[in-house]
Amino acid sequence: MFRYPLDGNEILRKKRQLRRLLLEKDNLLPKRIALLSGSTIGEISGILELFLLDSGIKPLFHIGAFNRYYEDLVFSNPTLTEFAPEIIYIHISIHNIEEFPSPGDSPEVRAEIRAGEWDKLSRLLVAAQQYNCPVIINNFELPSIRIMGNRDAYDVNGRVRFITELNLMLADYAAGHDYIYINDINYLSGWFGLEQWADPGYYNAYKYAVAPEAIPLLCLSISSIIKALFGGNKKALMLDLDNTLWNGVIGDDGVEGILIGAETPKGMAHAEIQKYAKELRRVGILLGVISKNDEALAKEGFTHPSSILTEADFSVFLANWDEKRINLQQAADSLNIGTDSFVFVDDNPVERERILESELSVEVASFKSIERLPQTLSMSGYFEVVSLSDDDLKRAEMYSENRMRENAIKEFSDYSEYLKSLEMKAYLSGFSTERRERITQLINKTNQFNNTTRRYTAEEISVVAGDERYIKIAARLTDRFGDNGLVCVLIAELKDHKAIIDLFIMSCRVFGRDLEYILFDELIRQVTAKGVDTIEGIYIPTKKNTVIEKLFCQLGFTEVESLPESIRYEFSLNDSQARETDTIEVIYE
Amino acid sequence: MNRAEILDRVQNIFRDIFDDNDILITDETNATDIEDWESLEQINILVAIQKEFSIKFSIDDVEGLENVGQTIDLIEAKLS
Repeated sequence: MFRYPLDGNEILRKKRQLRRLLLEKDNLLPKRIALLSGSTIGEISGILELFLLDSGIKPLFHIGAFNRYYEDLVFSNPTLTEFAPEIIYIHISIHNIEEFPSPGDSPEVRAEIRAGEWDKLSRLLVAAQQYNCPVIINNFELPSIRIMGNRDAYDVNGRVRFITELNLMLADYAAGHDYIYINDINYLSGWFGLEQWADPGYYNAYKYAVAPEAIPLLCLSISSIIKALFGGNKKALMLDLDNTLWNGVIGDDGVEGILIGAETPKGMAHAEIQKYAKELRRVGILLGVISKNDEALAKEGFTHPSSILTEADFSVFLANWDEKRINLQQAADSLNIGTDSFVFVDDNPVERERILESELSVEVASFKSIERLPQTLSMSGYFEVVSLSDDDLKRAEMYSENRMRENAIKEFSDYSEYLKSLEMKAYLSGFSTERRERITQLINKTNQFNNTTRRYTAEEISVVAGDERYIKIAARLTDRFGDNGLVCVLIAELKDHKAIIDLFIMSCRVFGRDLEYILFDELIRQVTAKGVDTIEGIYIPTKKNTVIEKLFCQLGFTEVESLPESIRYEFSLNDSQARETDTIEVIYE
Repeated sequence: MNRAEILDRVQNIFRDIFDDNDILITDETNATDIEDWESLEQINILVAIQKEFSIKFSIDDVEGLENVGQTIDLIEAKLS
């Protein structure tokens, strides 16, 4: 219901029933979201709520007064301050532009008009920063009316050109400020059809800048950004082979018989799918093969001269005759991520149906026809990129290195000998500016090794980084197979001779490498210097973080309080000794 | 399509929009009869009707609609 392709009318019509059913979901994450209005926003809040609930987020909205987005942000606003938004969404549109250049305007007049409009936008964005939370702002849809026809696109006083310029200025601003996220309604309205999106009837009568039928698409887009900010993105694309990555059946047709590439329409559709998957890999999405096939034959498919993907592009390759749900579970185990991080793609509706009916929470891509697959995935918001760190760009390689590590482990009978053979080095540091983006990202998407599942925005991390009352440690781990990147973060709050571990997280990529001991040793070293006598550990259990159950006891803590929603542990520095870990060399950065 | 059929389909729209399968509407039903029927929902009702009957209303058409009966008159006029 909430996946592309959307049935917007059905969502609008069944809004109440959908809301009622969605509110029955467990483990909804409450979030305070301020919606600021440049035009009517009532229906948008209702539909956005549905999309957020579907993504596991329960919004508590603050809805700004009609068309007061500028005043709400730029002037003192105690209500909004008290609300303490965790997300701000600014719903502006072309209707909020006060002045356009006119044909024949002098360069001075034109420059003044543009500066005036930009001044308003930049004041808004600067003022929004005081709320220390991500700010999502629409860019502008194109004008419905062109004074000079096609010339509007290139005349220096053209409206189409003016909008394009403002959108570029917004884009540059967002690219330089990591708290700003653009909701690209310029793209969305084009995709939906500007004629329907900007239906003047709805604007004139009800001040709807977005026609009701387009509101679900708008909300899918906003919710994709919000979901991604809170760690809800999918991490891996699991692909079938025959008639998905190529046309034909490799077992019957052989590598000469399958179609990929520009020579045939069918081959072209599959080449486009391969290209898209290859690009997704570049932004850190892992690829996997889940195919009912003979493994050797399956691999031969990628030797096709027009194949864009190669066997090495896949972080997991499962071609056998087992049920696909078994292979998906195995892929999840081998990548050490949950099946709920998977998007599964198969041309065969029967296979798709079986996964939907299985106990796995895999997202199953549904598409009208195979050539529509890339568009459908692209519009679904599964892989909304809200930040792009070096780690993302290298992730697929890191997982390939993991395959080598798994082979190495077989050479050792003693696990600690294996760990020593890895020649690991931990690079410890605080939360310096260049690391913060990755730290925030790791915090917001780590669900397994995470003692509290507390989320932090980039702004909150900056605050913590500069606050003496917090001990913060970040660790990068390398070994002889490569660099695992920044994979472990610890934040502890100092309070009356106590250090309380607010957050202790580790990427699943490096479980079982003793890195938690290194971080804990470092915590002890730092708090001892601050006169702390007790370290307190908190464990807030969720469905996903059971790996934390034993963590504190293994580190030498004693359980002191056990409530249903949290368990508290203590470690006394007076009568305990941290274990010295000799499998990893520590380097300070 | 006769008037009774139109009324029946409009009633289904009301039931969906207000998530209440017990809603019964007549020509006289108006916004005071259904608790949540405010301006936002009026827009949604009109959007759903246009979709349901594949018709398009103008602002003139829908201005001053006072009850279900007038709405059905309008649908009948658009369909004829």
